[in-house]
Amino acid sequence: MTSGRRRPQPPVLDTDALLKDPDIKVIVTCGSGGVGKTTTAAALGLRAAEQGRRVVVLTIDPARRLAQALGLVELDNTPRHVDGVGADGALLAMMLDMKRTFDDVVSAHATPEKAAQIFANPFYQSLSASFAGTQEYMAMENLSQLRTQLVTDGEWDLIVVDTPPSRSALDFLDAPQRLGRFLDGRMIRLLTAPARAGGKAYLKVVTASFSVFTKVLNKILGNDLLGNVSSFVASLETMFGGFRERAELTYELLKAPDTAFVVVASPEPDALREASFFVERLQQEGMPLAGVVLNRVHRAVPGLTARAAQAALDRLGEKPADASLRAALAVQVESAEAAEADQAMIARFAAAHPSVAQRSVPALPTDVHDLPGLRRVGSALAGLE
Amino acid sequence: MAPSAAVRLHVVTGKGGTGKTTVAAALALGLAAGGHRVLLVEVEGRQGLAQLFDTPPLPYSETRLATAEGGVVIGLAVDPEAAMLDYLEIFYSMKRAGTVLRKMGAIDFVTTIAPGLRDVLLTGKVKEAVVRNAGGRPVFDSVVLDAPPTGRIAQFLSATREVADLTKFGPIYKQSAGVSTLLHSPLAVVHLVTLLEEMPVQETLDAAAELAADGYRTGRIIVNRARPDLVPAHVVGADVAGEELTRMGLDPALAPELTRQVSEYAERQGVQAAAGARLDAAGLPVITLPQLPAPMDLGSLFELAEILAPRTWDEPA
Repeated sequence: MTSGRRRPQPPVLDTDALLKDPDIKVIVTCGSGGVGKTTTAAALGLRAAEQGRRVVVLTIDPARRLAQALGLVELDNTPRHVDGVGADGALLAMMLDMKRTFDDVVSAHATPEKAAQIFANPFYQSLSASFAGTQEYMAMENLSQLRTQLVTDGEWDLIVVDTPPSRSALDFLDAPQRLGRFLDGRMIRLLTAPARAGGKAYLKVVTASFSVFTKVLNKILGNDLLGNVSSFVASLETMFGGFRERAELTYELLKAPDTAFVVVASPEPDALREASFFVERLQQEGMPLAGVVLNRVHRAVPGLTARAAQAALDRLGEKPADASLRAALAVQVESAEAAEADQAMIARFAAAHPSVAQRSVPALPTDVHDLPGLRRVGSALAGLE
Repeated sequence: MAPSAAVRLHVVTGKGGTGKTTVAAALALGLAAGGHRVLLVEVEGRQGLAQLFDTPPLPYSETRLATAEGGVVIGLAVDPEAAMLDYLEIFYSMKRAGTVLRKMGAIDFVTTIAPGLRDVLLTGKVKEAVVRNAGGRPVFDSVVLDAPPTGRIAQFLSATREVADLTKFGPIYKQSAGVSTLLHSPLAVVHLVTLLEEMPVQETLDAAAELAADGYRTGRIIVNRARPDLVPAHVVGADVAGEELTRMGLDPALAPELTRQVSEYAERQGVQAAAGARLDAAGLPVITLPQLPAPMDLGSLFELAEILAPRTWDEPA
C-alpha cells in the first residue's frame, strides 16, 4: 500500500514555522463542530507562548475542564494570564461573552440614557443573547478589539482565535455580514423610516410592494414585534456608522497577510466535506490559508497489515497462555483497519486539494484538559509525536 | 415488535461529531421495518442525508430514500425560507407574496432573526408532518428529526417559547403554542447520541438535565461507535514477547510497539468504561451501537437499524 503508490504527497503544515513567524499576528482555527477546534487553538497558543511569543487565545465555547486548565473561570471578556507556562513568552486566555460584548459595543457608542433604553428593549435582549450570527459577529468584533490593542499597547503579539460551533464552518465568515446586512438593510430602513423622518417621509417610501410586505409581516409576527424591531433599530442607527460597514471592515482584515487560517478536521466524511468547503471559500476570497490539521487520526504499528494480523490471530487459537499476544494482535487488527480507512479518506481530500498543506495529529487515548495534555497536542501539531 | 403507536416523533440530537445524522437515519430505517412509513427530516441545511443515502441533494419536497422490509423512509430537507413560503400558503394562501418578501430582504430577516422565527418555522414544519392525516389516519407512522446538536437543542425546541415572549398575539403565537404542546406530549421523545468519551458524555448529561427541566421526554441515550474491549483485565500491563511473534512467523522487532499500542488501547478502554459508568449512574436508558468499519454505507445503516428497531419507545427501558 505504501511502496506501490505514486500519488504525490501534499505539503506538510509546519506549525512551528507559522508560530515563530513574527509577521503572523492572527491565527484563526475553523472547522465543523466536534473536530477539536478549541483544543487545537489552545495547543497552538501554548506552544507559541513557550517558544517566546506573547499570545492571547480567544475561545468561544470551551469544554468546562479545558476552560479550567486555562484558568478561565468566568466570562468577563478580559484576557487573563495562564499560569504554568514555561519560557519567556506569555499566554493569556479569554472566553467570548456574547451578551457582554454586545453591551460593551452599545455602551461605548451611546449616551447612558440611550443605552438603558436599548438594553430594555425585548428585541435587543433576544438579539444579544441568542440570535444566529450574533456570536460570529461578536467574535469578529472581539478580534478587531484585540487587534487594535495588539498595535496600541503591545501586551500580546499573537492572537489565536477559535471560531463558534456553527451549523456549518462557513457561518463564521458569512454570519457577521448577514447580521450587518440585516441591521443595515433596505427592509430595516423602510421599517424605521417613520422614526427617522417623521410621517411625511414615511408616506413617500411606502410603495405598493412595501404595503403588501408590512401587511404580511404584521400578520405573521403581530404588531408588537415589528414595533419593537423598529424602535430598536432606530435607536441603534443613530449611534452606529453602519453595522454592515463594520462587518465588512473586519472581514477585510481577515485577508491581511498577517493572518493565517488553520482549518481543523477529522478523517470523517462530514468533517472533511466542511473542510473542503472552507478551503475552497478561503481560496476564492483570497484569505491566507496556512493548512489543514487532521485530528484524531488512527494509527497502527507499521509493518503489520490488518489482514496479516488477522491471519496470525486465526492461527493462534484460544490457549489461555497466549492471552496477551492475542490482545496485541486483536488491537493491531482494529487499529490497522481504522488507520487504513483514515488514510484512504485523507488521500481523497489531498487529491482534491493537492496544494493544501496537511498535518495529521494522532488520536490521543484520553481527553485533553490540562497544560501537559495541550503540550502533547502542541508537539503532535509540530509533527513530533 | 412493531414500533409503539404512542411515540410518533423522534428527535435525535448529539454533540457534533458523534454521528447523530447516521443514528437518525438508522433509527428511521429501523422504524420503517415491518411496513411502516417514516419521514426523516433534516433542518440544518447540511445535506447530510443525501450524503449518507448517496442520493443527489434533497429538494424541499418529500423524497423516497430507502425501503426496509416493506416499509419506506422518506427524506425531507427543510429550510426556513421554503418553510416560510409554505406557511404563508397554508395559513393565508399567500404564496405569491413570497416573491415580494424575497425582494424586500424579508427572507434574510427571517433567517437572521433566528432562533425564534427560524426555529419556529422549522419545528412548525415537523409538527405539520406529524399531525398530517389522510383518510382518517396519519400519513407517517413516525417522524425522525435529525435535530441541531446538544449545545443548541433546548434552545431549538423551546424557540416557540421565546417567540411567545416577543409576540403575544397573532398566528405565529398560536402556531408556536401548538408546536410546544406536541413537543411536550407523550407523542415526542428526544434521543441523545454520544460517544463513550469524557466530553461527549458530559455534554449529553448536561443536555439531558436541561431537556428534562424544560419538560421534554428523553427517549434513549444512544452510544455510537463503541469500540470492543479487546484487552482483558489480566493482560493489561503484560509485555508482548519477541519470541511469541517469531513463533507466529511475525517480525519480533514489532514487540515493543505492539506492547505500547496495547497499553494505549487499554487506557482508551478504561476511558470508555468510566464514561459508560457515568451514563449508567445517571439512570438513563442506553442503547449501544458498535464501531463499524468505514466507510458508512447503506449496509452499515441497516446493521445499526436492526439494533435500534425492536423496542417500544413509550416505555422506559
